[in-house]
Amino acid sequence: MAMEGIGARVARKEDKRFITGSGSYVDDMVVPGMKHSAFVRSPHAHADIKKIDTKAAEKMPGVIAVLTGKQLKSDGIGNLICGWMVHSKDGSPMNMGAWSPLAVDRARYVGDAVAIVVAETKGQARDAAEAVEVAYKEKKSVTDAVAALKKGAPQLHPEAAGNLIYDWEIGEAAAVDKAIASAAHVTTMRIVNNRLVPNAMEPRAALGHYDRAEDHHTLWTTSQNPHVARVVMSAFYNVAPENKLRVIAPDVGGGFGSKIFIYPEEIVCLWASRRTGVPVKWVADRTESFMCDAHGRDHVSEVQLAFDQNNRMTALKVDTVANFGAYMSLFSSAVPTYLYATLLSGQYAIPQIHCNVRAVYTNTAPVDAYRGAGRPEATYVVERVVETAARELGVSPAELRRRNFITSFPHQTPVIMNYDAGDYAASLDAAMKAADYAGFEKRRDKAKKAGKLRGIGMSCYIEACGIAPSSAVGSLGAGVGLWESAEVRVNMAGTIEVLTGSHSHGQGHETTFAQLVSQRLGLPLDQISIVHGDTDKVQMGMGTYGSRSGAVGMSAIAKALDKVEVKAKKLAAHLMEADEGDIVIENGELKVAGTDKTVPWSQLALAAYAAHNLPEGMEPGLKEGAFYDPTNFTFPAGCYICEVEVDPETGRTEIVQFVAADDFGNIINPMIVEGQVHGGLAQGIGQAMLEGTHYDAESGQLITASYMDYCMPRADDLPSFQVSTSNTPCPGNPLGIKGCGEAGAIGSPPAVMNAITDAIGDNDLTMPATPQKVWAALKAATRH
Amino acid sequence: MYSTTYHRPTTVADAVKLRKKAEDGQFVSGGMTLIPAMKTRLAAPSDLVDLRHVGELKGIKVSGKTVTIGAATTHAEVAESAKLRKVCPAICDLAAHIGDPHVRHMGTIGGSLANNDPSADYPAAMLALGATIVTDKRELAADKFFKGLFETALKDDEIVTAVTFTVPAKCGYAKFPNPASRYAMTGVFVAKTKDGVRAAVTGAGEDGVFRAREVEAALAKKFDASALEGVSVPSKDLMSDIHASAEYRANLVVVMAKRAVAAANAG
Amino acid sequence: MSEISMVVNGRSVSATVEDRTLLVHFLREHLGLTGTHVGCDTSQCGACVVHLDGKAVKSCSMLAAQASGSEVTTIEGLADGADLHPVQAAFREHHGLQCGFCTPGMIMAASDMIRRHPDGLDEKTVRAELEGNICRCTGYHNIVKAVLAASKSMAKGKGGKAKKAA
Repeated sequence: MAMEGIGARVARKEDKRFITGSGSYVDDMVVPGMKHSAFVRSPHAHADIKKIDTKAAEKMPGVIAVLTGKQLKSDGIGNLICGWMVHSKDGSPMNMGAWSPLAVDRARYVGDAVAIVVAETKGQARDAAEAVEVAYKEKKSVTDAVAALKKGAPQLHPEAAGNLIYDWEIGEAAAVDKAIASAAHVTTMRIVNNRLVPNAMEPRAALGHYDRAEDHHTLWTTSQNPHVARVVMSAFYNVAPENKLRVIAPDVGGGFGSKIFIYPEEIVCLWASRRTGVPVKWVADRTESFMCDAHGRDHVSEVQLAFDQNNRMTALKVDTVANFGAYMSLFSSAVPTYLYATLLSGQYAIPQIHCNVRAVYTNTAPVDAYRGAGRPEATYVVERVVETAARELGVSPAELRRRNFITSFPHQTPVIMNYDAGDYAASLDAAMKAADYAGFEKRRDKAKKAGKLRGIGMSCYIEACGIAPSSAVGSLGAGVGLWESAEVRVNMAGTIEVLTGSHSHGQGHETTFAQLVSQRLGLPLDQISIVHGDTDKVQMGMGTYGSRSGAVGMSAIAKALDKVEVKAKKLAAHLMEADEGDIVIENGELKVAGTDKTVPWSQLALAAYAAHNLPEGMEPGLKEGAFYDPTNFTFPAGCYICEVEVDPETGRTEIVQFVAADDFGNIINPMIVEGQVHGGLAQGIGQAMLEGTHYDAESGQLITASYMDYCMPRADDLPSFQVSTSNTPCPGNPLGIKGCGEAGAIGSPPAVMNAITDAIGDNDLTMPATPQKVWAALKAATRH
Repeated sequence: MYSTTYHRPTTVADAVKLRKKAEDGQFVSGGMTLIPAMKTRLAAPSDLVDLRHVGELKGIKVSGKTVTIGAATTHAEVAESAKLRKVCPAICDLAAHIGDPHVRHMGTIGGSLANNDPSADYPAAMLALGATIVTDKRELAADKFFKGLFETALKDDEIVTAVTFTVPAKCGYAKFPNPASRYAMTGVFVAKTKDGVRAAVTGAGEDGVFRAREVEAALAKKFDASALEGVSVPSKDLMSDIHASAEYRANLVVVMAKRAVAAANAG
Repeated sequence: MSEISMVVNGRSVSATVEDRTLLVHFLREHLGLTGTHVGCDTSQCGACVVHLDGKAVKSCSMLAAQASGSEVTTIEGLADGADLHPVQAAFREHHGLQCGFCTPGMIMAASDMIRRHPDGLDEKTVRAELEGNICRCTGYHNIVKAVLAASKSMAKGKGGKAKKAA
């Protein structure tokens, strides 16, 4: 059975349906009587809504209803909220503006939903949406966060004077300033982290179905966390009480964070279904996704890193402005604070760190967690400034890093985090060896002869996954706990269902979670089913994000398995008249150690349910549940090395090699872990070289609203990756898992930018390093 | 997409009749530009007259140095044509890099020319080759055919039936694709013909495809990439957008011209 | 409205549809073949790729009426009964998919690519030929691996030799 257990490269159970076209995504769902919908959206970045005239639209063919924000409000539907309270440094709570699912009197970004049309067909709904007459009075807009903070900038929300949501800090400002003042060297940079559009390949979709007979609501939605969606929609949006609301997230085509949040469309579809009496489906087209999905990143930071005369870091000072868009999305406040500033120590022993963050409203799509969420921004700050410092100090980037690595654990950083385990030098060594770092200068010379500019760059990242424990995040302002729940249900004939609150949208939980069960009980994978994504089936869950499903979700399963094992052993001991302590579970059998006495697993299960012969006081059945609340974050870390070749004539950059050496702790399925790294790297490389989100500064229009202008990484933009892992097991959870879902996207952007800036000798290049920008930088360099 | 009425004629004559009858009709060939434009409601023809089933518009003929390509010939068919590759591989290579494999199975040369997208590849080739665009009514020199962004000399009910050109002594194409859309951000087709060197640029001009006189003059002296060292083209009438400034495009014109010449000389 | 008829996955189908119906919507909504997906509006992501008369096309960029009279193969029709097509099998074996949304289009594109390159494929060609298919999950690494492996196994299956195979 070891072949299918922990550590085995098992092909995925879920693949069968995906490769044959039998997956079921929300858009594939059909319920009797289902109708289609289209949203009327603001074409303006900022405008007062004077009047909405729906009469003409209502008369269009096939139209069932045209509903507006006024009706929504009169039905008592609440505003969308941000679920994590952050306080400014003066102690005041964050300034959250109202976000109605359908804008009532003002639209604040291009795409802001204003009305919904329900019609027989999608085409008819769209035809009618065009016929809804909205009288807008345009206002001046602002899309840039730094500009939005300036005096006289257009104001978005009366609740947030000066567009400032909060002005937050962490660390000791005075101590940091003092260290900087007395430093032997200070590296100063302005670092911009570009706004990204997540672009899961499946556009968001919702199907709301109100069943009048049962007075019950069902929502099929593209969600990473259906249980969270249910509680938020019940407790805050007043859509339906939890016991009257079932949320189903079936197969979901990628999320990367963008499907964590509760969006207006799913609320409105469900409400519209209740109001019209028909099931209402909405599926985003790609341009809607570009306009309305929560975007990621968008930070501007002023950074100073101080060193003593021995090139040891003495202090880091960071002042960040974070663009939040037009409204505060569900987890937005936590991203540039507790998921960002707390990681600014990187892999380094930095005695003093201070970070100030101002969160700002602008007339753009809301910004929230996107793969990595805060940690890519932190890593980019740290790894760009460290690399730059090495250049300024004239020392090897690897050696400067090595000199400042944290080497003993646990390590308390000045910014909350307590690192539990790691071996940063091991990853650095592995990556340098794999990349033949020593041979780089030769390759650079060779490239030069061919008219190309070669550069090499590294990035030593650390991140924090499995955000926890609940008591700690609660004290930091989180509205919920960050545990996970699981139930292991042994059926009468011995097959197993595991109900998990984690949600798989590409991560392969149906396989890895089953591998854990297989390892523990010695059963083949096909006898183990993983059930997720339905609030009627799985009692509770917090969902999948922040690389938490392995470390937290599987730990909950492990705990439930512990309980199943205890009961199974007790029953087996009773059946075989042996001592409980002598029972072992192996290859699908319960054995009395040192004897030939065995009970097959299937027989034991049957005995548990037949209940003809149970030990005194034992309840029938074999089904156990568990909640797992971690004791700490986990800290995956690693080293990435990128080597590029720039064509100076066109500015085109080619990645000639990319090496990733990661420490994810224990690994369940190496094939799946590698896949996660590959995907993360592609997104990080996309951020560094290809993906830029542009709003027109004057009109506030989103210019990059389709794949014609937003550059998605394609196969020929990327190399094959060289990935490897080392392992310092995580002491914080029973499985020793750290998490692997985000590392690639966190560690790679600085590696790429360090390589390109190395190649072209211009350190001010910003992401994405497009051919045009690289060419312009080279041209500017030859001018002076 | 707005409502439309679909027609499928099998002769040019019927196609023209259907188009004339329509209130605001359009011909559709591969539909690789038109259908997406209709989906986003940027185009709203009342009628679509499908030319994919008009037999007389298909096929590639090579006779001596004269090449004729039927308007409904797909990019894939041009790319894979052995007889065309024998005489003019540059055209096959150009076709092999239009869009992606799926687009090449549908998109046609006639559709591309009639649409005259400022970033399309074929217009540069036809202009540089001094090709003749044959319609159901007349023959038009490429110089007279392309009129600006998405504008041609075609009348509403006029159908491109074929293109014809004389294979030059040497020709080559190089393009720098827009990283996002993969259309040409700048593409240059150079041809050394008996009447001299012609170099046409797509993806860069504010008025669509144009001839780069500076490049032509330099290459007329010596048909070699080295002849373009130090040559520059003015950025004045070049497009500027988030992906490429006019200045950057001016640089790309020269760089792509060099690479096109190198390809021509290698071929 | 148009009367259309075509052969889809070996089965003759006919229907009356609005002329503006895209082929992909005809497949998904009229025939219930929901394996073919829509991931963009601009004809770039390739989630909708099907085979039309044996060649890969984007079913989001043609009307159902344009496909009338043709033979269409979708992801649901690729396997031979219970036996997976070699490309399907290779995607699973090499972990060439994660969320599965782009996968049907990828597999249809890959099988078309292999058909057009009977002498085998190399990594560079595979990457270039995947220009019309976007995946956000895999970084393409394992997709490329899967296509190369399928190309090899299919060449073997034909008794041929994948000359250029990497």
